[in-house]
Amino acid sequence: MAEFRLPKNSVVQPGKTFKAGNGAKNTKRFVIYRWDPSSGENPRTDTYEIDLDNCGPMVLDAVLKIKNEVDSTLSFRRSCREGVCGSCAMNIDGTNTLACTKAISDIEGDVKIYPLPHLPVVKDLVPDLTNFYAQYAAIKPWMWTQSTPPPDRERLQSKEDRAKLDGLYECILCASCSTSCPSYWWNGDRYLGPAALLQAYRWIADSRDESTGERLDELEDPFRLFRCHTIMNCTNTCPKSLNPGKAIGEIKRMIAMRTL
Amino acid sequence: MGNTDRPLSPHLQVYKPQLTAVLSIFHRASGVFLVIGSLLLVCWLAALAQGPESYTNVQGLLGSGIGRTLLLAWVFALFYHLCNGMRHLFWDMGLGFDIETVYASGKFVVVVAVALTLITFALAYLMRGGAL
Repeated sequence: MAEFRLPKNSVVQPGKTFKAGNGAKNTKRFVIYRWDPSSGENPRTDTYEIDLDNCGPMVLDAVLKIKNEVDSTLSFRRSCREGVCGSCAMNIDGTNTLACTKAISDIEGDVKIYPLPHLPVVKDLVPDLTNFYAQYAAIKPWMWTQSTPPPDRERLQSKEDRAKLDGLYECILCASCSTSCPSYWWNGDRYLGPAALLQAYRWIADSRDESTGERLDELEDPFRLFRCHTIMNCTNTCPKSLNPGKAIGEIKRMIAMRTL
Repeated sequence: MGNTDRPLSPHLQVYKPQLTAVLSIFHRASGVFLVIGSLLLVCWLAALAQGPESYTNVQGLLGSGIGRTLLLAWVFALFYHLCNGMRHLFWDMGLGFDIETVYASGKFVVVVAVALTLITFALAYLMRGGAL
């Protein structure tokens, strides 16, 4: 059942402000969600004034600058800093995206940064993605064949069939889409969410996979698949410009068509 | 260390409303509103069956300022739900999923619903002979 308000222990309190040093002319305020598991306190938002003349262009540059120069207690995930690893997905300026590919100059006013929405928080901007990964594993993200493979070569695929995977295989599992979806917020325990379903379709669409029927059987469920109501927050927010909403629509259509 | 009392990260509180999502929740809201409206329709028919006196009472209620405002809302909810339902039918056929198309069809549905509502009310007033 949908619980629209935050639980008591999750309500965000105002926090501290860290001023920029003297002489900083081009400052911007970064308002960042903080929660320390050892404090016993509620989450809060701390405000950091950052001198943009002395900072890289992306939100991740500013967050790294804060951790390196202002407040080393700030926790967040990051790795590749170029939009291919998916670690630094967070809620920035009201939508989910990768901190490393989001330009600070694209944001008007204060830069508000929260962890990915409606997840248990481990610390600060680090959410617990255990359920998300379990759902990915549940769609069997590998080639599921029935026949024995050719003895002398790989299972081959035409260029046309390979092209059907464009827009699907590029997903980096950053979880931006799933955690932008109100259906996933209210039913994340039973609804697989856009990321897992995009990957389910990635294997359904693969000409080498031989278990489309089995895959559709496992998805044909009021919750696992059909909690998608085409709200399209997923496609709106995908930092890789993929279209999970369309992939889910395709799965629904295939399930409808096979009963005809 | 294992902390079992982890807070839930903010969701509705911080997520910027997207037009697509607003139209989606409005589809559901208009559906709920229409269910209430269908009860009203039953009341109107029951009053009609009961005789001239109760019919006049219900007509008076519906013809009042509040009644007309509610009717306007119900007519708009009906047309919006109908048009957006057709948008869903296209999606069910796997059509119109590109994000530009999703926005365009969403705005189109709102414009058509408003237009149909205005036309309906204009016709209703015309058929009354122009008397307000």
